[in-house]
Amino acid sequence: MIKKLARLARYIGEFKKSTMITPLLMVGEVALEISIPYLMASIIDDGVEKSDIRHIVLTGILMIVMALFSLLFGAAAALTASKASAGFAKNLRFAIFSKVQNFSFANTDKFATSGLVTRMTTDVNNVQMAFQMLIRICVRAPLMLIMALFMAFRINSQLSLMYIGAILFLGPVLLIIAKKAFPRFDYVFHKYDKLNESVQENLTGVRVVKSFVREEHETKKFHKASDFIYKGFVNAEKVVVMNGPFMNLTMNTCMILICWIGAHIIVGTNGTEMSTGDLTSFLSYTVNVLMNLMMISMVFVMMTISKSSAERIMEVLDEELDITDPVSPVTEVKNGEIIFDDVCFSYSKNKDNLNLEHINLNIPSGSTVGIIGGTGSGKTSLVQLIPRLYDVTSGKISVGGVDVRDYSIKSLRDSVSMVLQKNVLFSGTIKENLRWGNSDATDEEMIEACKSAQAHDFIMSFPDGYDTLIDRGGTNVSGGQKQRLCIARALLKKPRVLILDDSTSAVDTATDAKIRDAFAKYIPDVTKIIIAQRISSVASADMIIVLDEGKINGVGTHEKLLENNAIYREVYESQIKGADFDE
Amino acid sequence: MNKMKNGTPPKGMPGNGMQFKRQNPIPTLMRVLRFVIKDYPFSCLIVFICLIASAVTTAYGTMFFKTLIADFIEPMLKTPETAPSYTDLALALSTVAAAYGIGVLSVFGSNRLMVNICQGTLKNIRDRLFEHMQKLPIRYFDKTSHGDIMSVYTNDTDTLRQLISQSVPNMISSVATVISSVVSMLILSPLLTLIALLVVLGAITVTKILGGKSAMFFRATQKNLGAVNGYIEEMADGQKVVKVFNHEEDSIETFRRLNDELYKTTKNANGFANIVMPIMGNLGYLNYVLVAIIGGVMAINGFGGFNVSSLVPFLQFTRTFNMPISQISQQINSIIMAMAGAERIFALLDEPVESDEGYVTLVNCKEENGVIVETNERTGKWAWRHPHQADGTVTYTPLQGDVVFDGVDFGYTDEKMVLHDIKLYARPGQKVAFVGATGAGKTTITNLINRFYDIQDGKIRYDGININKIKKADLRRSLGVVLQETHLFTGTVADNIRYGRLDATDEEIVAAAKLVNADYFISHLPQGYNTMLTADGASLSQGQRQLIAIVRAAVADPPVLILDEATSSIDTRTEAIVAAGMDSLMKGRTVFVIAHRLSTVQNSDVIMVLDKGRIIERGTHDDLVAQGGTYYTLYNGGKK
Repeated sequence: MIKKLARLARYIGEFKKSTMITPLLMVGEVALEISIPYLMASIIDDGVEKSDIRHIVLTGILMIVMALFSLLFGAAAALTASKASAGFAKNLRFAIFSKVQNFSFANTDKFATSGLVTRMTTDVNNVQMAFQMLIRICVRAPLMLIMALFMAFRINSQLSLMYIGAILFLGPVLLIIAKKAFPRFDYVFHKYDKLNESVQENLTGVRVVKSFVREEHETKKFHKASDFIYKGFVNAEKVVVMNGPFMNLTMNTCMILICWIGAHIIVGTNGTEMSTGDLTSFLSYTVNVLMNLMMISMVFVMMTISKSSAERIMEVLDEELDITDPVSPVTEVKNGEIIFDDVCFSYSKNKDNLNLEHINLNIPSGSTVGIIGGTGSGKTSLVQLIPRLYDVTSGKISVGGVDVRDYSIKSLRDSVSMVLQKNVLFSGTIKENLRWGNSDATDEEMIEACKSAQAHDFIMSFPDGYDTLIDRGGTNVSGGQKQRLCIARALLKKPRVLILDDSTSAVDTATDAKIRDAFAKYIPDVTKIIIAQRISSVASADMIIVLDEGKINGVGTHEKLLENNAIYREVYESQIKGADFDE
Repeated sequence: MNKMKNGTPPKGMPGNGMQFKRQNPIPTLMRVLRFVIKDYPFSCLIVFICLIASAVTTAYGTMFFKTLIADFIEPMLKTPETAPSYTDLALALSTVAAAYGIGVLSVFGSNRLMVNICQGTLKNIRDRLFEHMQKLPIRYFDKTSHGDIMSVYTNDTDTLRQLISQSVPNMISSVATVISSVVSMLILSPLLTLIALLVVLGAITVTKILGGKSAMFFRATQKNLGAVNGYIEEMADGQKVVKVFNHEEDSIETFRRLNDELYKTTKNANGFANIVMPIMGNLGYLNYVLVAIIGGVMAINGFGGFNVSSLVPFLQFTRTFNMPISQISQQINSIIMAMAGAERIFALLDEPVESDEGYVTLVNCKEENGVIVETNERTGKWAWRHPHQADGTVTYTPLQGDVVFDGVDFGYTDEKMVLHDIKLYARPGQKVAFVGATGAGKTTITNLINRFYDIQDGKIRYDGININKIKKADLRRSLGVVLQETHLFTGTVADNIRYGRLDATDEEIVAAAKLVNADYFISHLPQGYNTMLTADGASLSQGQRQLIAIVRAAVADPPVLILDEATSSIDTRTEAIVAAGMDSLMKGRTVFVIAHRLSTVQNSDVIMVLDKGRIIERGTHDDLVAQGGTYYTLYNGGKK
């Protein structure tokens, strides 16, 4: 646990100063706070008892000055602690976000969106709380404990021996409690995540639940899970709450012992060894000692709770980036020629479970290539290797005569533009979304790209035209419109290679054809790779690749494949019976 | 996450559904307390007694200090002859010990019970939330973002835990301690108490100001947190697009800005909250000094019988009651903050449930001498049980799957109709297809049959019965639905199929899978039918998930099937294999099918062409082609 927090410590960064100052200020505050009861005792003994008003007033003033400084230290520590912990959280969040931005596709696949959000919010928050506690309480509590002990010993060492007994008793008890509580909390928090996942699942599947009238079934399932959580939490917390009574027991026993032994000492030595005032301050030190012992055990528990959060954060930060820039990268992609040289690929990087097997292809620059194949045949996997969204497991892919792994990632991806199958638009205007393709694009360039993608007309039909606001996830445009905007956005990059991964599935066939015509007319030099379900989308391509279970089943033109490729013919015949309806 | 589903009204801005005005926190707090007390009346009472007992015993112990010095130590020092003996002291101390014993037991009792009360209440709240959520109409889920609902289960119940387990009991024990301290102080010296209270009043004012500042920044923090949250979510959803467009640096830059804002408000909110403790603590010392000086003067002058032995415990009290006072003021702040969470929980619980005035139910039946008789046996034959209020008779109508739309108008809001004057007749066993552009209203029509939404005008009849009269659960049970967006649940493949009919045997499941030709792929999964699916079946391809959803509908064996783009993600080749299975599934059932592939639509008994919420053409494939209208154009456009 400590080790993990220590590894997170490097994210303190520019808040190192605040982090260091806080404990120092705490030391000051504690020193003052601990001396004050001494003055209090003096007020009673040398002032009240001896009827010395002057002494009361002078000591009182001294005490107020000290309280003022203590306040100053305390307030300053409160502010620096907040600054340090909020800053630490800020850096941590930023580190996670930047890390995620640099994730490759393979890295991204491992983390669900909700998981990433939790890590950057709830988990960072937990760690922030623990951190703040660490630099405040973790310094304050042991220090107070030691100082209080020291002061108590100064008043009366004999009576103070009792503390040793108290600590010997309470220390192990608190430790055992904390130790017993750890695994129980860990367990139940894990289960708690699961419970929330199931609520999420129920939410997304609400239509299925309602259609099958499974509300009661779901409720029963949930009750079972929530009952489990209830028992888990009770099981964990019932251990922690034992802190209170044990604490109370020890404190009260000490009080009674102090009264008894104190009375003996005072009376026995006739007040020379110890005065009634001493007894008063001794009592307040007792409360101090025990309170701080309890604080330490509470911090212990808090740290356990934040431990799993720290772990989850480290999981992201430790994730090894599997695609990085080469040492001296090539920055210019000369042309759109693509060569696959005996490429094998597996998502799990397992040679026995290949998603693509021994792919050999030679795609000349400027040609149009269609890819056809069934669900799971490896179409998407194949094209994702070109902009190096994943790395090949074996073999080599080169674009423009250079191995893709020798380019800088930025220049490669700028030259290989891909329209993803599962595409998204971002909240903002249409223009802002288009500028993702090219941040310096002029209005004319945007209109040109949108015309090619057959998006211009519908954009102009919106009252605000290119300034129309797109909702988050692009929910306020239709599926076909979204796809065309995504194509326009990709075109604006002015790439050497353009890949459309089933990007016109929601566009009607006539518009689809118009887009293809525009490609041929306006970007003849760009290599175009089109994955499609419809034969009509690829029929006119220079080269059609038929994929089946990760292998190339056939390559050729439409006519040639119809002649010699069984799969292609089968797909063609199943479709010739039927056209598409949409839009 | 926020993906638009077919046939649903657009969502508002995230969070729209759950915004409400800031309310007076007191009624909400009372409601929370009622909630707690109702479920645990006895435990609450004991906890309350325990809290008071522990406060009183603590005060008693402190009071004893006065006795110790005044009645024991001082006489023992000054007048040993008449002074009480150590035996007397031992006796007195054992009384204190007994009181302390009660105190320890009370702390144990209240702490231990509080765990059950708190966790139990949270469990009940979660259960009630979920139960209530299951009863909410689809409209609610349309207008409320999932993120907002989830945060009720996580963040808001968490703040409630804080409230129930800490704030409220702390508040009670603090108040009890303050009261017992003040009472004891009043006994010792009314005048000094007044002075001490004045200082405390000042301290409370300071806390209030600081607390207000803190709350202000806290609200700003929540807002910034929301912004950061939203941005992370959007970027995580679009992560792959970010990569493809080399947009990492830009998004990091935007995040940096939002993150900095969040940092600033967090720093201030925490700063003001943290600063309260040192201020209160040290003001307590000021109080102590003031009391010491004035008390000292009084004690020396013997003012009003006040003496040293009273001053010592009095000073002790000024300390003990300073703590709870500052705690109370802090608790008030945290209670106010927790109320925001509680309000959201109650808002969900108060959301009106899906109303159901239906009284026609679906029952098993058998035929005896040509008359339909209700039975408890599983006959596989079903009938609508229709009680007539007027004459108290019950009629039975066999379940056939005859669906009629008569002049139906519908809009998600009353202002904007999306379906106009829809008329259609689907005879039992017929296949009705809907064709048209995105947004033409295809999915919306099917959502009306199972009453996800209620219509504004017109009538929908099922086997001749107005569907408003049929109990929703029974109506939906008689309809099988396969949606375009497939949702599977965590569990095995078999579990997911069994979702269609909970008492289906393994054989029935395999039979249903075989019927739609899904058996082959399922048996080839790593553990066959027992393969675990997690995260909505992420390990399967979209097409495979759709196949499982089709089997799920098949095992339910309903008379009416609604297939909304059910095979859209299955590639053409696989679809050819599935098609045969689909045909046998559809046999003998009334089927509503939405598809954009002609092969799926072509052999329908009737095809409806929809445009902007109206049926513009209807007929068989051949009729419509012969008509040469919109359908013909679509058909030809496709052929090109």
